[in-house]
Amino acid sequence: MNSQERVWTPYRGPFDPCPPVPFKTYVVPPNQFINFQPPNLPQFTLPEALKAGTLWPALFSPYESKSKGGK
Amino acid sequence: MWIYEKKLQYPVRVGKCDVRMARYLMEQYGGADGELAAALRYMNQRYAIPDKVIGVLTDISTEEFAHLEMIATMIYKLTKDATIDQLEAAGLGPNYATRDHALFYQNAAGVPWTATYIQAKGDPLADLYEDIAAEEKARATYQWLIDMTDDVDLQDSLKFLREREIVHALRFKESVQILIEERDKKRVF
Repeated sequence: MNSQERVWTPYRGPFDPCPPVPFKTYVVPPNQFINFQPPNLPQFTLPEALKAGTLWPALFSPYESKSKGGK
Repeated sequence: MWIYEKKLQYPVRVGKCDVRMARYLMEQYGGADGELAAALRYMNQRYAIPDKVIGVLTDISTEEFAHLEMIATMIYKLTKDATIDQLEAAGLGPNYATRDHALFYQNAAGVPWTATYIQAKGDPLADLYEDIAAEEKARATYQWLIDMTDDVDLQDSLKFLREREIVHALRFKESVQILIEERDKKRVF
């Protein structure tokens, strides 16, 4: 689990028809903690930046598939 | 005026013949929070917004068109060699009946794109907050799409697009700050 993930437990009723999910998650990406990007943030190398989708590690948000084939 | 570069913003590789995903990807092609809606929303709002943030809307709108091209490439790769049986099994039978293998701006449920998906309120804060919400909704859509496929190549391109939505949302937040604070006036040298 990464630090951008938040976990919550949905209410579980006594007569729910389906097997309950233990918990649910949602992502809080780094843009929620930055109002205005400060200058001179450390940068990825260019190949890393292309792969990440951003030039700055401070803005990077990892996401892994919930499908079984996900890395 | 635009200059077209005949290459994608990020490589699109599809490693698995999974026609089903083509249908779901259409949510980002012609859906309410899709790339077409995003590009047209910003390209239109930029005319009636303070000068300082026009460029942000133009740039991001332009990039959204590049994303639209990536999504189209994914859908096309997944459907171009699909048989009618495969298309029907993926829920794309109605699409074939209308237009053979052609793409169209519609969402995953087959609802055609409509201009009512986008707004222009003329109030800079109202418009920018709509744009921030649109980016977060697109980010969420990408997450659900990444969840729905086990094709790591497709996931890779979708993860790139998801990250771009996060950066765009931040740029719109910065635009809001620029309009709130009138940053230039505060600066003392």
